[in-house]
Amino acid sequence: MSDQKFPEHLAIEKKFPGSVFDWHAQHGDRTLIIDAARSFDILKFLHDDHGYNVLVDLTGVDYLPRKPRFEIVYHLMNLSTKARLRVKIQSDELHPEVASVTPLFPIANWLEREVWDMMGVKFSGHPDLKRLLLYEGFEGHPLRKDYPLQHRQPRIGPKDQ
Amino acid sequence: MRKFNQPSTNGGHQFDPGAALHGQIMTTQFDKLLGWARKYSLFQYPFVTACCGMEFMSTACSHYDIDRFGAAFPRFSPRQSDVLWVVGTVSQKIAPLLKNVYDQMAAPKWVVAFGACASCGGPYDDYSTVQGIDLIIPVDIYIAGCPPRPEAVLDGLLKLQELIQNTRQVTP
Amino acid sequence: MTILDDRTIPTPVSETVPEFHEQEMMLNIGPSHPAMHGVIRILAKLSGEHVIESDIEIGYLHRAFEKHCENTTWNQAIIYTDRLNYVSSCINNVGYCMAVEKLLGIQLPPRGQYIRTMLCEISRVADHLTCVGAAAMELGAFTVFLYMIKGREYCYELIEDYCGGRVTPNSTRVGGMPYDLPEGWLDKTLWTVKEVREIVRECDIMLTYNRIFTERMRGIGIMSPERALGWGWTGPCLRSTGVAYDVRKDYPYLVYDQLDWAVPVGRNGDNMDRYLVRMEEMEQSCRMLEQCVARIPGGPVSSSDKRVVLPAKKDTYGNIEGLMNHFKLIMYGHGIRVPEGEAYFAVEGGNGELGFYVVSRPEEQATDGCNDRAWRVRVRPPCYNFTAAIPEMINGYMLADIIPTFGSINMIAGELDH
Repeated sequence: MSDQKFPEHLAIEKKFPGSVFDWHAQHGDRTLIIDAARSFDILKFLHDDHGYNVLVDLTGVDYLPRKPRFEIVYHLMNLSTKARLRVKIQSDELHPEVASVTPLFPIANWLEREVWDMMGVKFSGHPDLKRLLLYEGFEGHPLRKDYPLQHRQPRIGPKDQ
Repeated sequence: MRKFNQPSTNGGHQFDPGAALHGQIMTTQFDKLLGWARKYSLFQYPFVTACCGMEFMSTACSHYDIDRFGAAFPRFSPRQSDVLWVVGTVSQKIAPLLKNVYDQMAAPKWVVAFGACASCGGPYDDYSTVQGIDLIIPVDIYIAGCPPRPEAVLDGLLKLQELIQNTRQVTP
Repeated sequence: MTILDDRTIPTPVSETVPEFHEQEMMLNIGPSHPAMHGVIRILAKLSGEHVIESDIEIGYLHRAFEKHCENTTWNQAIIYTDRLNYVSSCINNVGYCMAVEKLLGIQLPPRGQYIRTMLCEISRVADHLTCVGAAAMELGAFTVFLYMIKGREYCYELIEDYCGGRVTPNSTRVGGMPYDLPEGWLDKTLWTVKEVREIVRECDIMLTYNRIFTERMRGIGIMSPERALGWGWTGPCLRSTGVAYDVRKDYPYLVYDQLDWAVPVGRNGDNMDRYLVRMEEMEQSCRMLEQCVARIPGGPVSSSDKRVVLPAKKDTYGNIEGLMNHFKLIMYGHGIRVPEGEAYFAVEGGNGELGFYVVSRPEEQATDGCNDRAWRVRVRPPCYNFTAAIPEMINGYMLADIIPTFGSINMIAGELDH
């Protein structure tokens, strides 16, 4: 892998100095780890000025026992140049709020709800952050590493009982 | 005293319960008749959730043809169907609805657990899958497979038909 | 901006005849509903027959795919990928395996790649046949459904001849393929292609110029390309809006760049265009299959990397090195060691870009001494994006339009809810 910083990285460093904490291009996937506090502005900059108009995926990874524990991973794509970029934000357990990107990408509405549901990371500014894949009475966030796979939740009964 | 099923010996002018009752074994035959009618005109409610639905579709279509056993027409209202085919994984979220659907069906009703997930949870031993629908509703036939081949589905259907035939239909 | 502005909703009766009291009705469609292709719930607020507002509730088939992948070995997770988009299962298998192979840095030999390509295209044909067949059935064309399922049976027979499974084939392994092609499989593929083409032609005659079908599909469920990209659409639905994005052409993998085929693109982004794009894609898949059959080379089907691929049975039972190799890959506590890292790999699924994001942390993942499993596997389901955009596609239309719109996006609950 070359040590050359790629153009988006340089542009972000120029506009938002000190916001890129780390970067790599392992296996050809260009990745940036950015400051959570300025994540919305950086993603908006990538969307408006660099043509990354498709949010391919938004997901969370739990890196327990490392601190910061959670990483929110955005996969972006520029459809005209066919460039892909991965942007990661690190977020810890006590203050896991991250800015919502729903104004930029409508699909982020559901993707962020899923990350909240599975990982327990809150997104500030989200219009309606409620569970997506699991039912309302479910306790816990199953994709966290300390949630066992075979945990049994109490069964819910029919709604009229 | 004459036994019931012996013919009368006095010329046949008075009422003879033995002769009259000779044809009263009709009840058993009626049972069989009703069983025969019910098993060959099953209306299914396909509660399809997952991958087994693909094999359900294959069984219902021309290659394997469930219609030759009389079980072609799905009735998409539980009130109008006899057999509840639970096809695919039942998650905790949909379990109360399954119970609702089962409760809405009118007797006589049967339940077929189609596939490994409906029978016992299948490969999904986790926080969100019900480990077999018999935890929620009574099941008559379990069809194993992931997903079961259409031949296995037809085998399950034939066993269900045998079950229906041999069940007492007319309650006293 | 929305369709609601353009379409006139008739004056409610209560305004003209005061003794009729009319109010909006909340209708619940699903989750157990024949037209819902599985389990999903649409809540629609209706004013008469028109849908004013709607909401979708999903998650009724959440089966913890991602959590299971963290608790099973790299090869065992393949069975869970089968059950994602269960109509085109081989594509999920290939996508996951290629993501892991990207982390491992290995590539299959040409014959293995051709076999994977052929399995993907056969699965894609099966997916489109099911989607179009089910959508047509819901509009009343039951014959089309029967014909298309007949075609799908031929595809299933092909996959079954290869690896034994019809719907859930488990047809690839990390680093290779489990088997070589059986004898006569290539000829059977050509026969299947001929049959599928005939079926597609017949169904095309029955549907495409049929007023009953076109009146219900044309101009319904329109999505503009800009909004579609905002919703992250990919695959046939995006191509129906006019954007020519196909992962096989734009980020080629396997042998797609060596084959001669075209990407069908629609114009209006309505249900009819989605149907037409799928029909044409089946034809393109048939073309690709014929070319693969003609060009497939001989040779091994799996990578020669001993740390990943099982040895041949004659070595496992024949010599001590093969036995040790087999042992180190199979026994509990051993297995494939994927180096630390993360990778995203996208393939063109039946619905669009099916991406797998795989994170490996071998040092941390050791449980009971096993670090032969993933730290995190994330599936990027293509139909997630279409389903999220459904409210936008049905608001302003009539109640009966929900059915063809929902049928045309090919929502597969296994993939949507993973």
